[in-house]
Amino acid sequence: MTDAAIATSGLTKRFRSRAVVDGLDLNVPRGSVFGFLGPNGSGKTTTIRMLLGLVSPSAGSIRVLGEAMPDRGARVLPRVGALVEGPAFAPYLSGTANLMRRDTADRYAPGATRRARVEAALERVGLSHAAGKHVRAYSLGMKQRLGIAGALLTDRDLLVLDEPTNGLDPQGTREVRALVRSLADEGTTVFVSSHLLAEIEQVCTHAAIMRTGRLVAQGSLDELRSASGPRVAVETPDAAQAVGVLSRLGLDPVVTGNGVEASLGDDAPAAEELSAALVGHGVRLRGFAVRSSSLEERFVELTGEGFDVEQ
Amino acid sequence: MSSNELPSSELPSAAPRTDQVGTEQAIQPSVTRPAGGVAERRERPSGGWALLGSEISVMFRRWRTWAMLGALAAIPLLIAIAVRVTGGSSRGPAFLSEITSNGLFVAFTALVVCVPLFLPLTIGVVAGDTIAGEASHGTLRYLVIAPAGRLRLLAVKYAGSAVFCIAAALVVGLAGALIGMLLFPIGPVTLLSGIQVSMGEAYFRLLLIALYIVVSLLGLCAIGLFLSTLTDVPVGAMAATAVLAVVSQVLDQLPQLEGLHPWLFSHYWLGFGDFLRDPISWDSFGDNALLQLGYIVVFGALAVGRFTTKDILS
Repeated sequence: MTDAAIATSGLTKRFRSRAVVDGLDLNVPRGSVFGFLGPNGSGKTTTIRMLLGLVSPSAGSIRVLGEAMPDRGARVLPRVGALVEGPAFAPYLSGTANLMRRDTADRYAPGATRRARVEAALERVGLSHAAGKHVRAYSLGMKQRLGIAGALLTDRDLLVLDEPTNGLDPQGTREVRALVRSLADEGTTVFVSSHLLAEIEQVCTHAAIMRTGRLVAQGSLDELRSASGPRVAVETPDAAQAVGVLSRLGLDPVVTGNGVEASLGDDAPAAEELSAALVGHGVRLRGFAVRSSSLEERFVELTGEGFDVEQ
Repeated sequence: MSSNELPSSELPSAAPRTDQVGTEQAIQPSVTRPAGGVAERRERPSGGWALLGSEISVMFRRWRTWAMLGALAAIPLLIAIAVRVTGGSSRGPAFLSEITSNGLFVAFTALVVCVPLFLPLTIGVVAGDTIAGEASHGTLRYLVIAPAGRLRLLAVKYAGSAVFCIAAALVVGLAGALIGMLLFPIGPVTLLSGIQVSMGEAYFRLLLIALYIVVSLLGLCAIGLFLSTLTDVPVGAMAATAVLAVVSQVLDQLPQLEGLHPWLFSHYWLGFGDFLRDPISWDSFGDNALLQLGYIVVFGALAVGRFTTKDILS
């Protein structure tokens, strides 16, 4: 476990009696870009707050960069840059002044290079032009950039970015992805949370998926993709009949807009048997396809669709 | 296993990865590092004084701080102008009648007027804002994960509000001395014990009184700090602190509660008249300092107990 940037075991947080995070066993390999996915309200931010020692766990243990949290926070946290639940700044101070202030709180940050490091961080997120403006006058996207700059004030071994693309336009989102890549190339482990898979799918090497406080999947992207196996999509006007046929063959079909879909497990009949059976039972076929499921489908499959926040 | 996924065991954390080349690499922001290969992280932690410096400098960069100090400075100004215009009167707060004969008494009068309400009000704002203000801006979580250290953050916040106490008491005293000098004759001061002392001695006594008042307010600062750890709404902590200051003084006026009086943090607030006697009596200063220390210890401990175990959800 020593090569894990983050490792939790049985991590649980209860507010009153409700478990917001429930028995989380997270394993973030060093050097990975780790996508932490889940719908709004699934416990991502509470988990991140526990990782950073802001919230104490009700049960379970946490190791960050090989050290126990929150006990060893004074040693660990200077090596961790973070953006937690959105950027936050004193509105009456400039961008530069806010970062300077935050940097003084880190006793491992050398004062002699403070200004240079703040300027470098601002330049890295493309905010040099607005450095002297009061944060009050920043747009949401600029605050988000400033928040990311705040995570980059010193060399970090681990970056924890909670919804880093919130409030950014498509161009800004691309820039954040590029930034995450360049940081990963320098050897930094990046732990990035999102409720939008598409935002981070392209940069992640690993991912974990949360649902109502529990971890429902975790691993490298390929492992996650292969876990759900291929799917068969049947285009037909006789959806009810098709459901019956596929069910008898041991599948679990669902009716879609123009037909029926089902995922194919390891012991599912071959595709040609399925099509033959369908035609044999008088199901009129307009289309028949077997395709490997995308991560997006896997994500929806695991977390449910729609905007309902599950409690 | 695809090319962009490496098992962690094969991936030393320091080794740069070269296997991820996406189309977005083209717009990658230029990577800048401080020039000259400066160390980005200290080997050992610094003493942590930078945070205190930052706290004080941020406080004095806030418009609100200057507004409060300005309002405090306006009190001796109003007193002096009122006395100048009306020619003074024998009624009113202590020392008021002395002003027409000696301008230095504007400072003494203003301090007497400010101690019961105006100073506690401004201290309530500053001390009540310490933790709750950071929480309401959301900056508290970033200070804690910096990591500032929760104990150190409390100590720095307390020291910051103590610095404001010093500034506030000095502003009232100095503004009073200045305006008194401008509007009234000044000269040797007759003390409460009837002895005259020189101007220099009188200024020294004025400073001592300012010190007495600063010490008087330190207990209230600790109360405000504790209240500030209880909420994410700074106005609530500010109001509660100011209200407690008033309640304490009201209780101090009720003869039925006499046994309680020596334990009220406001009990010795107006005891600085001892510094206008000859020889100077340090009795009430000592009692006051001890009492304030007690409040600092008790409410400091409560604040530490609360803040070090608090889940920071703001």
